[in-house]
Amino acid sequence: MAVETRSCSDILVNGVPVTTEAATLAALVAELGHGDARVATARNGDFVPARVRGATQLAPGDRIEIVSPRHGG
Amino acid sequence: MNVIEPHAKPQKPFALYGVDLASRLLLGTAQYPSPDVLARAVEASGASIVTVALRREQARGRKGERFLELIEATGARVLPNTAGCRTAKEAITTAHMAREVFGTDWVKLEVIANDDTLQPEVFGLVEAAAALTQDGFKVLPYTTEDLSIAERLLAVGCEVLMPWGSPIGSGRGLANRYALQSLRAYFPGVPLIIDAGIGAPSHAADAMEMGYDAVLINTAVAKAGAPVPMAAAFAQAIEAGREAFEAGLMGVRDMASPSTPVAGTPFFDLPPPANKPGND
Repeated sequence: MAVETRSCSDILVNGVPVTTEAATLAALVAELGHGDARVATARNGDFVPARVRGATQLAPGDRIEIVSPRHGG
Repeated sequence: MNVIEPHAKPQKPFALYGVDLASRLLLGTAQYPSPDVLARAVEASGASIVTVALRREQARGRKGERFLELIEATGARVLPNTAGCRTAKEAITTAHMAREVFGTDWVKLEVIANDDTLQPEVFGLVEAAAALTQDGFKVLPYTTEDLSIAERLLAVGCEVLMPWGSPIGSGRGLANRYALQSLRAYFPGVPLIIDAGIGAPSHAADAMEMGYDAVLINTAVAKAGAPVPMAAAFAQAIEAGREAFEAGLMGVRDMASPSTPVAGTPFFDLPPPANKPGND
């Protein structure tokens, strides 16, 4: 797959400002080292299924959530 | 030698969304002193269902993987929650993320109205329950004891209701017994689970004696001096309460009624003692 060359985007990942070269949500997830870990994602408040991350383009200002299982009541 | 049978008399089966469950205790997995204590508490509780959550994962973090392995080893069915969500939208997105990560369409739906009371935001709750049911979720809504909200939740497709006993983590037991009894009487066929506020095994037994189908506990076990024995204590209380409900509790009376037969009481024919006021 051809890697698109593009400028960096300033986005928020889990509420923290991040500058990334990733063009897609899938690339971002890989860049952050989640690889094959069981995480779920949302972009600007909407759920993004794992299979759609590769087709989900990132844009400056995006709010990304990357979550994983935790203790809960 | 006397052999005492373990308290394992057959109780009526308990099912949620068509799934038979061996235990009427649902256990939360938060706030335990260690992962090992959590795992042993789940085992001691006999819980068929444990609640779990989603939280932000750090870059290169593996906390989620480790936790999931621990929970999967217990063999219990996981029930993801939407704890902390303040709007229907947040809860809906969280439920979808949970379905993908945990591989279950069951969700303990929470929409929280207020940070101090953690009470359900019931308008958002009904809205989220409707949307999620449409999307194929099996919704277990954390709600109040309010009958009109209960009716709306059932109308949008919920097949289970989880009214609070009292505010989450307060340990105050059943704050509004009358309303909870009304709810139980009004929906005899709907599985009702007390979620939140249970502080002691006696609170759980109280709920079960009222005919509630199950109880969800977290803080009362996790924050006990010894969580593992406390988990076992709750299991016994819930089983005892259920058995008592099925056996049928006696009615409450205003005045005393002798349990020993009155007929044939010795000295019965004598006049009452003279020194007793009011008996002359």
